[in-house]
Amino acid sequence: MFDLTGKTALVTGASGGIGGAIAKALHGAGATVAIHGTRREALDTLAAELGSRVHVLPANLSKPEEVEQLAKDAEAAMGSLDILVNNAGITKDGLILRMKDEDWDAVINVNLTAAFRLCRAAVKGMMKRRSGRIVNITSIVGVTGNPGQANYCASKAGMIGLTKSLAQEVASRNITVNAVAPGFIATAMTDELNDDQKARINASIPAGRMGTSEEIAAAVLYLASAEAAYVTGQTLHVNGGMAMI
Amino acid sequence: MSDVAERVKKIVVEHLGVEEAKVTENASFIDDLGADSLDTVELVMAFEEEFGCEIPDDAAEKILTVKDAIDFISKAA
Repeated sequence: MFDLTGKTALVTGASGGIGGAIAKALHGAGATVAIHGTRREALDTLAAELGSRVHVLPANLSKPEEVEQLAKDAEAAMGSLDILVNNAGITKDGLILRMKDEDWDAVINVNLTAAFRLCRAAVKGMMKRRSGRIVNITSIVGVTGNPGQANYCASKAGMIGLTKSLAQEVASRNITVNAVAPGFIATAMTDELNDDQKARINASIPAGRMGTSEEIAAAVLYLASAEAAYVTGQTLHVNGGMAMI
Repeated sequence: MSDVAERVKKIVVEHLGVEEAKVTENASFIDDLGADSLDTVELVMAFEEEFGCEIPDDAAEKILTVKDAIDFISKAA
């Protein structure tokens, strides 16, 4: 099940915990992967770990021309682009009262606008080939909201709207567009929380623990597979029961 | 002129997978050649690529038949 042999995938934000796990999962299922990120060293380490069928493509997603180039480079390096995973994301938290325009713009640009640009670029080739998979990594807070993260939550809610609209536009071409919404996932970011904070978080999750990057990657792998052909426009929540939507 | 017409027809045949004989100048993409709205957008993009011209949205909306496409491209190119 979930064989991606011969398929090509671009994963943005692969220098992070979740993105790296997604790249590994798709690669493990046989896909050739292009890994994007901002931290070259982390990408090179991941590439070395994967060995073959991997291309390293760093780019600054806040620059439109670099986003366009990334899509072109991915297609050029792999010959096609069958699977696009928009995983890259940044946060610039703060209460709205104190949130600067730059903080709002930066988060919307990288999280939402870059995802739109990559979708637009990728879908051209997918339409010609009459097949494709796009998976956008959103977040539970895109649905529930979160104080101090208006920009981040807006960008993640925006990705869900983008996902649903594009899914309707291209469904007739055998292209599916879905979102995966992680809840609390143990990453470098959550490692910084103290034990008290972690205990409080775990108490709010029915499963009683944070999720792992691999559990997010498994959801992405499913949506990228041939088996998920009839699933489109959906948001798959992977959150240990924290929110049931 | 005839060169443009031939290239346009070739793109339509390839893209919509229809018989060449059906692609007459008066054929409507949607009514006669079975295109859906997404096909018409793809055709416009294929024309842009083939002829290296830009077809603005308001002009693209008026390209309903093979002849419309040939006329627009002949003027633009």
